[in-house]
Amino acid sequence: MIMVNLILILLVGGLLAMISERFGKNVPRIVALGIVLIDLVYLLSQLSGMSDLTQLQAPIPSDPGTWLMHFKAEWIPAFGISLELALDGISLLMVTLTLVLGAIAVSASWTDIKIRRGFFEANLLWTLAGVLGVFMALDLFLFFLFWEVMLIPMYFMIAIWGHENRGYAAMKFFIFTQVSGLLMLISILALVSVNQSATGQWSFSYFDLLGTPMSEKVAHWLMLGFFIAFVVKLPAFPFHTWLPDAHTQAPTAGSVILAGILLKTGAYGLIRFAVPLFPEAAMDFSYVAMALGAAGIIYGAILAFGQTDFKRLIAYSSVSHMGFVLLGVYAWNELALQGAVMQMVAHGFSTAALFMIAGALQERLHTRELREMGGLWQHMPRMGAVAMFFVLASLGLPGLGNFVAEFLVLLGLFQVDPWMTAVAALGLIAGAVYSLMLMQRSFHGEPNPKLTEMGLVDFGTREMITMVVMMLALIGLGIYPQPLLDMAQPVLQSLLEVTP
Amino acid sequence: MRELIWLIPLIPLLSSVTLMLSSGKFPRLLIGLLGVGSVGSAALLTLALGLDFMANPEVLQLTLWTWMQVGSFAPGVAFYFDGLTLVMMSVITGVGFLIHLFSTEFMEDDVSYARYFAYLNMFVAAMLVLVMADNLLLLYLGWEGVGVCSYLLVGFWYQNSANGQAARKAFIVTRIGDTAMALGLLLLFTELGTLNIQSMVGAANESWQVGDTLPLIACLLLLGGAVGKSAQLPLHTWLPDAMAGPTPVSALIHAATMVTAGVYLIARTHGLFLLAPTAMLVVAIIGITTSLIAAFTALMQSDIKRILAYSTISQIGYMFLALGVGAWTAGIFHLMTHAFFKALLFLGSGAIIHCLHHEHNIFKMGGLRSKMPVTFWSFMIGSAALAALPMTSGFFSKDQILLEAYQFPDIGPWLWFAGLCGALLTAMYSFRLVFVVFFGQVKTKPDKDTGWRMALPLSVLCGLSLVGGYFIIPVESVFPMSTGTHPAHWVEYVSISVPLVGLLLAYLIFQSGQLRVDGLVNSAIGKIMRQFWLSGWGIDWLYERLFVRPYYAFASLLKAEPVDAVYGLVVTFNEALNGWLSQSQTGRMRWYITSMVAGLVVLVAVALQLSPEAI
Repeated sequence: MIMVNLILILLVGGLLAMISERFGKNVPRIVALGIVLIDLVYLLSQLSGMSDLTQLQAPIPSDPGTWLMHFKAEWIPAFGISLELALDGISLLMVTLTLVLGAIAVSASWTDIKIRRGFFEANLLWTLAGVLGVFMALDLFLFFLFWEVMLIPMYFMIAIWGHENRGYAAMKFFIFTQVSGLLMLISILALVSVNQSATGQWSFSYFDLLGTPMSEKVAHWLMLGFFIAFVVKLPAFPFHTWLPDAHTQAPTAGSVILAGILLKTGAYGLIRFAVPLFPEAAMDFSYVAMALGAAGIIYGAILAFGQTDFKRLIAYSSVSHMGFVLLGVYAWNELALQGAVMQMVAHGFSTAALFMIAGALQERLHTRELREMGGLWQHMPRMGAVAMFFVLASLGLPGLGNFVAEFLVLLGLFQVDPWMTAVAALGLIAGAVYSLMLMQRSFHGEPNPKLTEMGLVDFGTREMITMVVMMLALIGLGIYPQPLLDMAQPVLQSLLEVTP
Repeated sequence: MRELIWLIPLIPLLSSVTLMLSSGKFPRLLIGLLGVGSVGSAALLTLALGLDFMANPEVLQLTLWTWMQVGSFAPGVAFYFDGLTLVMMSVITGVGFLIHLFSTEFMEDDVSYARYFAYLNMFVAAMLVLVMADNLLLLYLGWEGVGVCSYLLVGFWYQNSANGQAARKAFIVTRIGDTAMALGLLLLFTELGTLNIQSMVGAANESWQVGDTLPLIACLLLLGGAVGKSAQLPLHTWLPDAMAGPTPVSALIHAATMVTAGVYLIARTHGLFLLAPTAMLVVAIIGITTSLIAAFTALMQSDIKRILAYSTISQIGYMFLALGVGAWTAGIFHLMTHAFFKALLFLGSGAIIHCLHHEHNIFKMGGLRSKMPVTFWSFMIGSAALAALPMTSGFFSKDQILLEAYQFPDIGPWLWFAGLCGALLTAMYSFRLVFVVFFGQVKTKPDKDTGWRMALPLSVLCGLSLVGGYFIIPVESVFPMSTGTHPAHWVEYVSISVPLVGLLLAYLIFQSGQLRVDGLVNSAIGKIMRQFWLSGWGIDWLYERLFVRPYYAFASLLKAEPVDAVYGLVVTFNEALNGWLSQSQTGRMRWYITSMVAGLVVLVAVALQLSPEAI
């Protein structure tokens, strides 16, 4: 029931936030922040009652009893569809990340959103609810439902509160996700019917569908349906083109959620479904997937370098960083998988922070164009120092979380394919090139005299608190990542046993 | 006592963080006290540790915590302390302290005083971690950390984009090397199962034979990192540009400590390099080649800091030569003496720049001998040591390198001869600098002389540059014993006399004018060579065309996002289909009736074709 409550709090909270606009323009944001924090505290309080989380037992993928939490209620018994939710170390990490970044996203929208604030916060909370559902649902029908639920409010956030080209971006985002989601739905239905013909039972439950016997050819096609849906979301080269538009046009809070959390549902889907449901097919396919990952790292980095729009540059850097996740997942050994999970968390923080800086700049300068910036450090030293920190995190400075992630991925990958590793490592160089260029064009360089007249305001207390939370998180992940690694370890261990 | 070794990097780190959090609100005195005091206390602790070590030379291994553990991969945040570590720590904290003190006067008018000391302290902390790390991953943390501090300090005066350009160049060029090094780490862990340096070398000696391919690849990858950080061919181009930073930064980071990290890395992993003789040969050849190329370039420069920068590249070349021929102790010894005299020269140039309204061009200086006596003597002593004149510290270390190089099998005498040519050039360019700047006509008048905070570090470094050669570094248990044989006496005599010849040449050309070189310089070939050497052998020019411009071009080519064009085709196709179909909606009854009848006819015809018996 805990898991259902987590989702319900956000769904109902969304309604409350919408209604609360009647009591004042600024009430919804307080309600929304309160709801997310309540949800987070609720989760943590429930966890604190449990045994030591760093000593988790290995959950057996096909045995829900070994999971940290499991909930199942009948829904449409005729088709074997049920409300089945479950939580293990990885989903717990993702759920926590979602709620923390959710709170940060509300903070990012504090002054950014001017119209229909109630509805905005409602969409934000509903997106979070959908994401939580995705991370916890283990009935494939329910999973697909949540997959769609998180999409629609996100579409509204971009389409209503986005920037100048929001209509196009929102539509592009919607169509890419929708079409790829359709492929997944087909795969789900086919998988269920294959399972039904083998067992005589209709069931959408993950635990029943694991290990479904099927021919090699069928497995390849079904795997591909899942794979495409997830890599579009991730996004992997060459399915990434919706992302620069969506990220750039979304309001700051939308970008934070998109980059920080939504992309991770793709990675999560690969680890949870695409590989374990079709282990042989996925392993046959792994070289293609890894090649896409490596290509994405390089391609994203080069395109990031070519951008002059602050947000667009960061958006392409996400494509590059998510390449590491794809590599990590398909290298499919403990080191690489740990790296991929770590990258999901670390990139969540570093990119969310960079998007917030972009948002703060846009609010102050009314532009995202790097060519109109320069020398901003002089006006806003605090923001400059914070930006420097996250730029360094994003280029993989040891001592911060992103380095641990990328190094583990490369270490795991090296054991599978040293040459691919060498190509991926070029991303470290290209990453430095675009990251430092971003810093140069915005905060360093000659101060633009036009900006001096604007009377720019540095980060205030609220913004600094948000930033410091994320900085501490990245430092913690960078110098002592063990609690996270321990949480993911048993899950990855048991997943590794699924594949040949 | 020794268990408190972790305090040494922690104190500067804490001071740095405090200064960063102060947002520049501390009074200057407090900033100075924190900045200098933290490194001073680290130096005192290092001294105490050193005395303790001398009395009881026992290696210390201290694990603070396991950084991360995934399967058998479990690098620790752990320190390893032996004689080599002690030498490096002493140089970093000792010279570092003097440079910090010097900085309080050099930077006294700068608005970003706190930010400066925050970065500089951070650098000291990272550099200490680099040399104290017991595993290659923690070493890599320090390695990248010093790189970032170098980036921040080169671009310290960020309002000038040229400084930002230089800072980025420094970071990116070294990162190319760092990435090679990271791959080396991956290879070493995959093959040997550990990154702990001592056990890694042990495992390598068990599973690999001398001359195997794997140690060769691993060493070359590590060497990639070393040539990047230590500004050796082919990744040396960032160092001259890095002079854009404040001069004390150049003294600390780009002369005394960070740029010698590559030397340290190779010395630290010498057990691995001994398994790969080919890699050692490559090290020696890179060293001597870099040394010569940089020396020629230094001879042509007119910017005082660029002369010193090329000289640094050249001297590190000697260290690489030493490592390549297996003269480990000599290489580290030269690292230490070089830290003394090059820091002295850089600080001396800083004093000149400080007192001469930021003038960098040596031909606009002159006659400073009487105006700035402390600086003059600093340069005299520093240049003598740099040129390896007898009895100075540089003499002892460089002489040792040359003699050991001579005994290297096969190409030894050639390496020695090339080293001698370099020594000749070194003496020439260093005394060219002295004669031009301190003798002759006064061209720019200094508006002040050095205060005590500048004079004191200069004096101490003068002392060290003179007597540093008599120090005995406690590394005999770290490195394998050298053969102990000596080459013939004439080799030694030639080695000693060549720098003196260089000094004489410099005197005749740049001071007395008795040796006229105008004819040579102004000849057609002379002009071309001069330009060629001045530009650093055209390597920057080449890289610009080979890498930088293509990358820019490629990025702007891709900017339009070719992948999206493919999806655009789908859109275009759908729109075309839409346009074509919507033409049928004309709104005219006649057209609708006609098309309905036509459709009916077609359907009936099809039906008849399919089942004629229905009629």
